[in-house]
Amino acid sequence: MKAFTYERAKSPAQAAAAAASNPASKFIAGGTNLLDLMKLQIETPTHLIDVNHLGLDEVATTKDGGLRIGALVRNTDLAAHKLVRRDYAVLSRALLSGASGQLRNKATTAGNLLQRTRCPYFYDTTKPCNKRKPGAGCAALSGYNRNLAILGTSADCIATHPSDMAVAMRLLDATVETVSPDGSTRAIPMADFHRLPGNTPHIDTNLAAGEFITSVVLPKPLGGTHFYRKVRDRASYAFAVVSVAAVFDASGGGRFAFGGLAHKPWRIETADAAASQGPTAVAEAALAGAKTTPQNAYKVDLTRRTLASTFAQKGAAA
Amino acid sequence: MKFEEPATLNPIDRSRIVGKPVDRIDGPLKVSGAAPYAYERHDVAPGAAYGWMVGSAIAKGTISAMDTQEAEAAPGVLAVVTHANAGKLGKGQMNTARLLGGPEIQHYDQALALVVAETFEQARAAAKLIRIDYALADGKFDLEAQKTSAAPPKKVQGSPTDTAVGDFEGAFKGAEVKIDQTYTTPDQSHAMLEPHATTAAWSGDKVTIWTSNQMVGWGVKELAKTLNIAPENVQVVSPYIGGGFGSKLFLRADALLAALGARAAKRPVKVALARPQIPNNTTHRPATIQRLRIGATQDGLIQAIGHEVWAGDLPGGDVESAAMQTRLLYAGKNRMTKHRLAVLDLPEGNAMRAPGEAVGLLALEVAMDELAEACRIDPVELRIKNDVQFDPEVGPDRPFSSRKLVECLRKGAAQFGWAKRNPKPGQVRDGQWLVGMGVAAAFRNNLTMSSGARISIDRQGRITVSTDMTDIGTGSYTIIAQTAAEMMGVGIEQVTVNLGDSSFPTSAGSGGQWGANSSTAGVFAACQTLRGQLAQRAGFNAEDALFEGGMIKAAGRAVPLSEAAGRDGLTVEDKIEFGDLAKRYAQATFGAHFAEVGVDIYTGETRVRRMSGAFAAGRILNPKTARSQVIGAMTMGVGAALMEELVVDTRFGYFVNHDMAEYHVPVHADIPEQEVLFIDELDNKSSPMKAKGVGELGICGAGAAIANAIYNATGIRLREYPLTLDKMIGKLASV
Amino acid sequence: MNAIPVKLKVNGKDVRLTLDSRTSLLDALREHLHLTGSKKGCDHGQCGACTVIVEGRRINSCLTLAVMHDGDEVTTIEGLGSAEKLHPMQQAFVVQDGFQCGYCTPGQICSAVAVLDEIKAGIPSHVTADLNQVSFSDAEVRERMSGNICRCAAYPNIIAAIRDVADGGKA
Repeated sequence: MKAFTYERAKSPAQAAAAAASNPASKFIAGGTNLLDLMKLQIETPTHLIDVNHLGLDEVATTKDGGLRIGALVRNTDLAAHKLVRRDYAVLSRALLSGASGQLRNKATTAGNLLQRTRCPYFYDTTKPCNKRKPGAGCAALSGYNRNLAILGTSADCIATHPSDMAVAMRLLDATVETVSPDGSTRAIPMADFHRLPGNTPHIDTNLAAGEFITSVVLPKPLGGTHFYRKVRDRASYAFAVVSVAAVFDASGGGRFAFGGLAHKPWRIETADAAASQGPTAVAEAALAGAKTTPQNAYKVDLTRRTLASTFAQKGAAA
Repeated sequence: MKFEEPATLNPIDRSRIVGKPVDRIDGPLKVSGAAPYAYERHDVAPGAAYGWMVGSAIAKGTISAMDTQEAEAAPGVLAVVTHANAGKLGKGQMNTARLLGGPEIQHYDQALALVVAETFEQARAAAKLIRIDYALADGKFDLEAQKTSAAPPKKVQGSPTDTAVGDFEGAFKGAEVKIDQTYTTPDQSHAMLEPHATTAAWSGDKVTIWTSNQMVGWGVKELAKTLNIAPENVQVVSPYIGGGFGSKLFLRADALLAALGARAAKRPVKVALARPQIPNNTTHRPATIQRLRIGATQDGLIQAIGHEVWAGDLPGGDVESAAMQTRLLYAGKNRMTKHRLAVLDLPEGNAMRAPGEAVGLLALEVAMDELAEACRIDPVELRIKNDVQFDPEVGPDRPFSSRKLVECLRKGAAQFGWAKRNPKPGQVRDGQWLVGMGVAAAFRNNLTMSSGARISIDRQGRITVSTDMTDIGTGSYTIIAQTAAEMMGVGIEQVTVNLGDSSFPTSAGSGGQWGANSSTAGVFAACQTLRGQLAQRAGFNAEDALFEGGMIKAAGRAVPLSEAAGRDGLTVEDKIEFGDLAKRYAQATFGAHFAEVGVDIYTGETRVRRMSGAFAAGRILNPKTARSQVIGAMTMGVGAALMEELVVDTRFGYFVNHDMAEYHVPVHADIPEQEVLFIDELDNKSSPMKAKGVGELGICGAGAAIANAIYNATGIRLREYPLTLDKMIGKLASV
Repeated sequence: MNAIPVKLKVNGKDVRLTLDSRTSLLDALREHLHLTGSKKGCDHGQCGACTVIVEGRRINSCLTLAVMHDGDEVTTIEGLGSAEKLHPMQQAFVVQDGFQCGYCTPGQICSAVAVLDEIKAGIPSHVTADLNQVSFSDAEVRERMSGNICRCAAYPNIIAAIRDVADGGKA
């Protein structure tokens, strides 16, 4: 870990301004991913802006019936919030399937969105990785990629985004609210928040330099039956191999978002439209254009089968 | 004391304390965080500086240039140790690769430097400032590709590489039922929770290391040899060890580097390997390819059994002895085993919990399941049918010292409810789960090692046992206290046990499941000597004296131990040495594993629903700690069956998933209730304790029972471990 | 090095330290306060051996900086009980043999104490069937304890110890 100076931010706008004035700075909140990466010098900020004391830890209803989730609401609190449990169970479920109790107690809403990939080559500084070092090459493309992406990949990167929470937020059409160094604010739809790797895999999101997440807004409740099915190699405390977030409405419609398949939470509107035709049709739409390796080709079938599992669960619940 | 003939009745047979489920005597220290581990010795090495290891970024080649200047100039840095300034180093007899590499590099993450600094943060940061240029050499990293080049090693665990009895090929060819299958097991990591760690301090030309090492005696010799100093100048202290499983049998880089760093910095230095360095810097269980051929009569009598093993290691290394149990486990007139060793430039392969059997049974016991199915015989009955009470390679002249495999199978089956198993696979559904049951035999060789102890009695009659034996979670503190209490006729609270210090008599150490039996036998020997001297002081004939309730009793007279001990107390030393009983008798431990699994019909995820086993391992010295050893090993078997794999990147020659996020071991949620039944057994040919090892038996066969349960659940036979969902998914019925 | 003053309340005692900004809470405890009961198993949030209770919640002390906890209350294994005076959870671990090598044990125990509080507080888990109905069960405890890896695998014994304490608490 490189030496860094440390400050406690006084306000979101001040945090953003401080970050903008020092390109080598980083915000730190839960720290559960950032410190992990700093220890390995994958992240090397020379200044940390501690945003933990800015409030932003409330979950409140919005005037159009949705929820505004403060950026610093801890994963545990968000999953346990009574309105989230009642109206956005898919989000509770996604959060509870992630990490461990200890990590969820520390990890924040904004930090969860900003997690970096778990690709093992990204994590080993002796190996080439375009995400870590642009232009270095990608060791994963012809290496160990069993757990890596099959959708939206590029010739430079096949990393996946590790978050479960973000998959549920994508399904819920959440928006990410930010404040910029100049004090201006904006709302970024989840669909546009994370990026595909393209030839700039080192850039994970569309946040501008210094731009600070203040909250995530959920639209008014969808109703319906909520599922988050996470497939993993052990029963708990493991990243998703594949995950499916699904919300079914009473009339046979549904929405689907997927984790473990791409550089961002994956959602295709044509897949939603196929809900009434069943899991195979949904999978076909969602996985259109999938590009697999011999090691991760199983994810195609696994995704379809996991969808089938959620359809069956819905049937059982109905 | 020489143990050359079967034990007769002795004080341990009273079983007043030995054999009872006594709570661990080191428990209160461990649960309160007060037991000091190697990196925590502020008490004895205050002000230790911090060392951080730098590992090689390549698998094979040489250092063409190394620049340490920037690191040396970094804040707080006290010293940088490399091959260039470490002085002439030897190599431990048991190390395959050198612990400090350079200029030649033998494997990825081989230590190339140690940075010593005032603080941990400074050492870690400065380590990144060392610049190394490499000249890359071609290496061999792919076992499958090297299989044809594999050659017979000289020996396998001191035994012949190959064995052959009768006419295997002919008998197999002519057999009514034939199984011929190949199974693979991956490289595995010990993944003990405490990283390899050492605090070292020099006093003149003597070095003390407070370390985490299973074998204190070996540690002394190997550190002396590596540093080119006399063994008398090395003290090794290892009272608490945060897990070993074989990874801490040998001197490793943490110990050498701490000693070198302390010499260079002229003050105590401590070094812990960072978790991501451990899988590639230290040892691992090597991958295997195993071909099993079993020929049997239609009613399941084995006529021919052949087991061939291919594994790799660095030049000069050893083969994974995966066919060893096949020499002993089942009957059959025509037999063949072979081990072949390929040269691989991966990190060093070596022992991990039950080397040989742990992976050998993953193949053999699935092959037996396949045979049972081919013969349409219940797999429990098939194993019973092929039981043999003598070494089947030698004949009745070499009987087993004790062998209760059949009893384990029968009682284990009853306990588990095996009768409810549907022999036809793929029939049982519970919601989204396909449910199946599997069985496998457990087998682990019984090894014994010479072991010494010092025993003192003070004027209050309090007993102190000192031996360099280690407790790696096995319960050594407790069973040694039980042994001394039983022998001396006192309560366990009257006994103090000091372990893990090379200033104490050399013990068996902890490895190969020999520790408990051998070390308590050493304590037994020392106690016998002490009893003799105390009896003499009390004016008794030692043979007639009864040690009971803190008294020595004979001929209607009773003398308190404290009185016999006298004002100055008494200290004796003795050791157990084993004769040729292990040659005259085949000695092994046995068991039967039963598992019930669910396989998700949609995703192919396998989750264990129940596990149960029955085990025969001689006298169970403490059923509480022994049960913990067994369930822990069963869980490691779950890991081996379902998730554990060090993935080899054959381009770069290293294990890619080298941390605990990516190398999966079972977590709480993976493990259901586990039942353990110990079969009553005393083995008087194993030691005067009549005990055998049990710490490794629990992993042997556990994974095979799960693999067989998966087959029973799904009708899908997977032969490449671990049995992950990606291998299952294409074979599951459509949904 | 950026030295920063930090004030913590550890196991009820106020302590003042001046720390390198890079110092993790775990290293502050182990190396500066010599409270070595909290263990470093992986230093990356992958094992749970470093679990301590901060401001009433269990966290991985390896993945947080000490300076981020200026003013916080920290309870470590040493604060729960001592070898002479064990906390009921520590006692239950001894009785049920909920450990072997002992290295993950302080983290398991800190986690276990916090897990019972989490269940009492109605915080759901991945295995909670109805998110609004949280109650004690072995499955709940197994899931919630899954961030604490025990390679010796005393898992069933740990669950038994936690069950004992939970039952005792109810009675």
